[in-house]
Amino acid sequence: ANTDVLVGVKAELDAPESSQPNRGRLEFFVDCTANADPEFEGRGGEDLALGISSALSQAFSSSNCLDLCSLCVLPGQQVWLLYVDVLILECGGSLLDAVSLAVKAALMNTKIPAVTVNTTEEGSSEIEVSDDPYDVNNLEVSKVPCIVTLTRVGHQFVVDATKEEQACSIGHLSVAVTESGSLTAVRKTGSGSLHPESILDILQTAQEIGINLNQQLVEKVKLESSVKKDRRGFLT
Amino acid sequence: MAGLELLSDQGFRLDGRRPHELRKIECRMGVFAQADGSAYIEQGNTKVLAAVYGPHEMRGSKSRGLHHKVLINCQYSMATFSTGERKRRPRGDRKSQEMTLHLKQTFEAAIMTQLYPRSQIDIFVEVLQADGGNYSTCVNAATLALVDAGIPLKDYVCACTTGFVNDTPMVDISFVEESLGGPQLTVAVLPKSEQIVLLEMASRLHVDYLNKVLKTAVKGCKDVYVILDEVVRNHVAQIASSVGSE
Repeated sequence: ANTDVLVGVKAELDAPESSQPNRGRLEFFVDCTANADPEFEGRGGEDLALGISSALSQAFSSSNCLDLCSLCVLPGQQVWLLYVDVLILECGGSLLDAVSLAVKAALMNTKIPAVTVNTTEEGSSEIEVSDDPYDVNNLEVSKVPCIVTLTRVGHQFVVDATKEEQACSIGHLSVAVTESGSLTAVRKTGSGSLHPESILDILQTAQEIGINLNQQLVEKVKLESSVKKDRRGFLT
Repeated sequence: MAGLELLSDQGFRLDGRRPHELRKIECRMGVFAQADGSAYIEQGNTKVLAAVYGPHEMRGSKSRGLHHKVLINCQYSMATFSTGERKRRPRGDRKSQEMTLHLKQTFEAAIMTQLYPRSQIDIFVEVLQADGGNYSTCVNAATLALVDAGIPLKDYVCACTTGFVNDTPMVDISFVEESLGGPQLTVAVLPKSEQIVLLEMASRLHVDYLNKVLKTAVKGCKDVYVILDEVVRNHVAQIASSVGSE
């Protein structure tokens, strides 16, 4: 089966976190819909969703992944809060990899309205959000990581594992790789154990694949946005 | 009405439609391989995905199974990014639960439930973008998904939400038309027999007008039926030709 993921990004003006008054905020929310698996009905998908959203925030936790300082409007008072909402519609393996690709693509497409801050005579500040749909800023996404998961099947490691391969594997190692090849997060999931030597090999492979993956994604998204098509939703 | 004229003197609506005109409907069947039946539908800017699983054995406790008919299990859920203001939860709120219940009742009336005793059919709908007429769009999507799954239905179920402004009924109202208040009538019908399987009205409407609005709504549903039927026929023809060529 395919893995189908839909990501929406919404920006809101909100107060910053008190520990980081001049940085914007990023929040991940993952919803495993029942479309993907009847088991996810009601609250059934919450465990999986929580796992994915924590992996995402871990991958984005490195301070230079996304320049959150550029999302600051008024230090200590108002910053942009980006809600990254992930909708999982069908899972056929390598879910985390697909989600991270979709998140990066969605962030590339995100347009934040231009904001001007005016100081009134009393000294207080007024925020004015531009209502011109073309007066927007894009996010700097060149350092946003993609996640590459290597799955251990027998004594081999495979990338982009199918659901069946995942079912007979004992361990997965997910590595978040940026376009320049730096690793921002590594996490091991699954019940088995991995040997330290193989981990070093995996990291190297993941780095190579990750660099390539990032480049391909950026090219693909650029091509997609340059072609003017009269497309409506999923229907082409 | 708050500076916004829902119906101009020339008889056009805000988006340029005539009162009896539906929004553009586009759909695709069989979008997911994993589900037994699935469909995606766009009614203007309202976009809905539906997936059907079943009929299958009872999931969870077997005691929920009914000995004389199939149990229909529905879930209505909205993507957190589907609305103008971000939703905090995709489902579980009162509105979604009410929608779930309505869907269940609607399809219990349309599916030949007696054919599958002690089993279960799941209908999951997911609103990806909400721009009015969410319930009707969900019903239309679920109908296509049920047809795709090959589940015996008495007839298609077609739904349409109708508003009433300046003594004129307007079919398939959009979010703006919905949110400015005014009466709203949602009907789901079995178009061949003109049986009404769901009827819901919000706000106040004089009883003298009810018949007029209801008639327009049923006409709207029949228009939807024509479109859905064509989609199904095209889809089946496509499958048949791909099977025949092998």
